[in-house]
Amino acid sequence: MRSFSYSRPSALDEACQGAESVRFLAGGTNLIDLMKSDVERPAHVVDIKSLPMRDITDRPDGGLRLGALVTNADTAAHPLVTGRYPLLASAILAGASPQIRNMATNGGNLNQRTRCHYFYDPAMACNKRSPGTGCAARGGRNRIMAVLGTSDACIATFPSDMCIALAALNATVNLHGPQGERTVSVRDYHRLPGDTPWRDNVLQPGEIVTAIDLPPAPFGPHHTYLKIRDRQSFAFAIVSVAVGLQMEDGRIRRGSIALGGVGTKPWCVPEAEALLNGQPPSHSLFRDVAERLLHGAVADRDNAAKIRLAPRVIERALWQAAVGTPQSQTDKAIR
Amino acid sequence: MTHVSVAVPCRLQINGQGYAADLPPSVTLLDLLRERLGLIGTKKGCDHGQCGACTVLVDGKRVKSCLILAVSIPDAAVMTIEGISQNGRLHPMQQAFIDTDAFQCGYCTPGQIMSAIALLEEGHIHSRAEIREFMSGNLCRCGAYNGIIDAIERIVAQQRGNHAGEAA
Repeated sequence: MRSFSYSRPSALDEACQGAESVRFLAGGTNLIDLMKSDVERPAHVVDIKSLPMRDITDRPDGGLRLGALVTNADTAAHPLVTGRYPLLASAILAGASPQIRNMATNGGNLNQRTRCHYFYDPAMACNKRSPGTGCAARGGRNRIMAVLGTSDACIATFPSDMCIALAALNATVNLHGPQGERTVSVRDYHRLPGDTPWRDNVLQPGEIVTAIDLPPAPFGPHHTYLKIRDRQSFAFAIVSVAVGLQMEDGRIRRGSIALGGVGTKPWCVPEAEALLNGQPPSHSLFRDVAERLLHGAVADRDNAAKIRLAPRVIERALWQAAVGTPQSQTDKAIR
Repeated sequence: MTHVSVAVPCRLQINGQGYAADLPPSVTLLDLLRERLGLIGTKKGCDHGQCGACTVLVDGKRVKSCLILAVSIPDAAVMTIEGISQNGRLHPMQQAFIDTDAFQCGYCTPGQIMSAIALLEEGHIHSRAEIREFMSGNLCRCGAYNGIIDAIERIVAQQRGNHAGEAA
């Protein structure tokens, strides 16, 4: 690891200084790894773990506020989360390992970088790591890469499980920066790569995620997080689907769905969700929704299987949610 | 800002003993344990948070010491494999690993045992499938997984026996 200077401020404004060569350290599970791989080379590391953003609290609207520094493990085990947002707990437990979840934070999960092999290898061309050098993933070994939201400059997959559930839950990200506070919908937080793939999200220099707000989730048992991967544990998604359905008299009053593993950001298509509204569950409906979600998908050399696999995972997840049998993250059998 | 300097104060409790020194901030907890304190029971496997060989307990929680800057956990209580024996006797989990043939080469074993001790505290022990899932952060390339799960189940059964005894 290259040398760097280090500070541990205890006030938010002290932390938000805003230089390009500064990185914020929270759980460190991604940043320290990237520094060891020489992908991240900060001159200064601001350790934010002393900042007061470590609570999970009720919101006046019946929702919940997740502090940015609460660990993934504590979030997934919190009674208010398991009771009201089992979809979120399930997605968190589908990701990483117990040790990583004990370290990794909610804010860090939003800001984690892609696990694209070419991004991680400084000898390879990568527009996300080194702007203007090209994209070695295009035409390369790219079976894990994205098929939705890609550009000529970048086909890197956004790797989070938690954020896919946050997108389905229509969460809001709270930010604090040199210009003050603002909020961004989690669905708008991550950027498409376009021709500037080095900017993963809308964070400005010096801005920090302080909390994630969850609106009330009226899904009851009608939700699921279904994740397909190369091995059953401690692996990133090839395709994952987060679904919440508000059911009423056998019909879907309102449906919410987000895809992971296939997009350059958490993938949501409001027109696909709108197809669900007011309809009874049916194979033809769910097939139409899956088709609409995958509209515009483009495969590169090795990842066409994702385009064939994703509709089946989407349809299965919609049925799991419709009948109220969420996917177990312990017994991995898919029913 | 506080502490903008080359070396940064590091203060820890390691296996119950106080430690204080000024360290370069780039020193990981794993490298502090192995290279500066001679506590080489904690292993360096992948050094990227994937294998679990470096698992230790920080304030009672299992974590990967290769991904933690030693200066970033002020006043934390760190427990390593060297700290778990009780009055010169093996920790019950260590003995169970021996009794169930839960290792071959032994390189992953300290991390497996630290992880297993934390697993019991967490209570993710309701089924063999649950134990497997919640031990997924520790790889064993010899493939001793069945013995590892057996060792953990043996301790779970012992604890249930003890609790049943207390209740009676």
